[in-house]
Amino acid sequence: MYVTLRDRPDDAGTSRTRIAVRRVSGTVVLLGTVSLLTDVSSEMVASILPLYLTAVVGLSPIAYGFLDGMYQGVSALVRIAGGYVGDRGQRPKWVAVTGYGASALSRLAMLPAAGFAAITAVVTVDRLGKGLRTAPRDSLIAAASQPDVLGRAFGVHRALDTLGAAIGPLVAFALFAAVPGSYDSIFVVSFAFAIAGVAVLVLLVPDLPTAAGAARATLREVFSEIGGRGRRRPLLAAALLGLLTIGDGFLYLLLQERDDFTARYFPLLYVGTNVAYLALAVPLGLLADRVGRGRVLVAGHLALLGGYLLAALPSSGVGGTLAVLLLLGTFYAATDGVLAALVSRLVAARARGSGIAAAQTTVALARFAASVLFGLLWTVQGPRPALLLFAALLAVAVPVAAWLLRGIDRPTSATRPDARPGEVPA
Amino acid sequence: MSGRVGGLGPRARLTALAVVLLVAFLSAGGYVWRARQDLTAVQATATGAPTRDDLAVVRDVPHLVFRNTALGADYGRVAMVPLSAPAGPRAVTDASCERVYATRDEAICLSADRGLLTTYRARLLGADWSVRRDLPLVGTPSRARLSPDGSLVATTTFVFGDSYANPGQFSTRTVISRTAGEVIGDVERFPLVVDGAVVTAVDKNLWGVTFADDDRFYATAASGGKTWLVEGSLAARRVTALREDAECPSLSPDRTRIAFKKHGDLPPGRWRLAVYDLATGTETLLAETRSVDDQVEWLDDTRIIYALPRSGAGTATSDIWSTPADGRGAPELLVSDAWSPAVVR
Repeated sequence: MYVTLRDRPDDAGTSRTRIAVRRVSGTVVLLGTVSLLTDVSSEMVASILPLYLTAVVGLSPIAYGFLDGMYQGVSALVRIAGGYVGDRGQRPKWVAVTGYGASALSRLAMLPAAGFAAITAVVTVDRLGKGLRTAPRDSLIAAASQPDVLGRAFGVHRALDTLGAAIGPLVAFALFAAVPGSYDSIFVVSFAFAIAGVAVLVLLVPDLPTAAGAARATLREVFSEIGGRGRRRPLLAAALLGLLTIGDGFLYLLLQERDDFTARYFPLLYVGTNVAYLALAVPLGLLADRVGRGRVLVAGHLALLGGYLLAALPSSGVGGTLAVLLLLGTFYAATDGVLAALVSRLVAARARGSGIAAAQTTVALARFAASVLFGLLWTVQGPRPALLLFAALLAVAVPVAAWLLRGIDRPTSATRPDARPGEVPA
Repeated sequence: MSGRVGGLGPRARLTALAVVLLVAFLSAGGYVWRARQDLTAVQATATGAPTRDDLAVVRDVPHLVFRNTALGADYGRVAMVPLSAPAGPRAVTDASCERVYATRDEAICLSADRGLLTTYRARLLGADWSVRRDLPLVGTPSRARLSPDGSLVATTTFVFGDSYANPGQFSTRTVISRTAGEVIGDVERFPLVVDGAVVTAVDKNLWGVTFADDDRFYATAASGGKTWLVEGSLAARRVTALREDAECPSLSPDRTRIAFKKHGDLPPGRWRLAVYDLATGTETLLAETRSVDDQVEWLDDTRIIYALPRSGAGTATSDIWSTPADGRGAPELLVSDAWSPAVVR
């Protein structure tokens, strides 16, 4: 099902992206567009939410922090359910529609929601939607793509997704310039973007059955698919690496303690990482297709290790800060979509959503545990020793993960589709 | 893009999509356009609150300085009313501040430069509301105080921070400077003593300074989910906990009591105002039962004042209320459309 979209969005970026897009199925580009629109919607709200909650609703930022903490747990737990329901019904599209729809409606609910409890409920619905849709969407991407371009397909999707995340705050800013202080305008426009995303999904994305003609996977079969031989080791590797992946918030904190310039432009740190991620998602996806997804996944953690070490330096000025952001962006580009591509190949089509969800949730929970652990260490030892310890552990974990992932993917050369599958020496 | 979705052909699907997109974005555009019209209409017609032009006169009597939140051209500007007629017309200055505090001779103003990336500034203003100097400021303005003699200034901002349960959580940064120029620095770095032991946790936060004199101050310290009322000394460079569960303290003019907000067993993000007697250690809950998230100010030795947001039509309006410091009586509206009060006696 290879379609070259004639009316591609103009902002698909570089010529390299364009070539990549040409080899990627239209469904993937459409799903990327859905994610782009949805991310514009969610990021425009996210960028003004702290201000709104503190200035208009009158919450203290501490209460906002509590709200923010709920984001992570809720999303991770619903993810598996979304993956399983998508597999079970063999219609992941409609599970994804439910997820995107819930998030869209939550934007509108922001209008009357004033007060801590109401806003908590709205944010929770939004996050539930996000958790629900992720795995079915990724299994649709996998179902719509040839195995040898999976990395590229996920790279294209994640690049579009990140582009949306970068556009969102700009839209919010433009609206605030036009109608100062009108938070309602932000919510309404955000809702429009979310509806546009849902509409593209409902009307244009084909309802691909993820397992053509196969019997429905029972829960037991799904479990054996996920935890079966050959799947355990990659999950273990992902968990191991995840346990040493601390939230980038910590790195940003360290960076902003070094100099006031970084502190002043703190919100831009996230943007910098996103820009690097956006630029590298497709190239690293291509690379993963060529040299092996496991290798790129492992190498991405070397970039993270570099980021740790640079952030632990006493001070390296603006250049050092930018280098950390570039390394973080590289890490995300080499792991996020690549992990989904890697798992898609390992799990039978009928349990693909559950498999992807299991891997993503494993990573999310491991990273959450890492953040808690790191926070404790940070408290007891101070930030730098804690970071150096994590860096040392990561340096040990990378080769172990490489060993666990040895031979996990057969190199599929994009230029030679008839290439003989062979073992990848790790 | 093969296959029929929902029984519609490709053309019908594209048409439906075009219709949805048009309706969604035109409606949203219309909404924004109307909001803009309303705003200009409001700005054109909103006279805000009644104003007066005799700024100098108001400044020479005991008066209340606050951020004007009456919709209109003066929204966000610093204004003042005489304490003798708080509900009467307000004199508006040229200074725009998110958070303001004033003494007779100067004011501290935390302001926002809204842009693609909103940055905030802390400026010391003279008696004529002109900028005397810029102070270091990082993060979102939260609290500002001057010492009684005007020699010290404290600002609290929220920067992202140290909670390990979620790396996205804010933490505070509280900087004390001498108004003459020297930056004393982030008092969060002072050792915190609780029950005789130094708390070394890095998730330590300190915010909401209120000054007793040109050396001693009270503030809130927090670590590991607990908060304390702390007493600090700039000379000794340490802060000591006096009691648990007290935030945003404010010292009474006679320096015998501290008003603060306590969390108790309320749901997250809600507080109750209380007054703590420094000599006896007794605590009195005040008559205000609504949740107050503000550093209160003392109107005199018997009443405290604080701002409460008003859930209006999507606009950031607020009022200043007062309630007796002995826990009796009931809250009364003092100044409508106002925020961040400071009493200049």
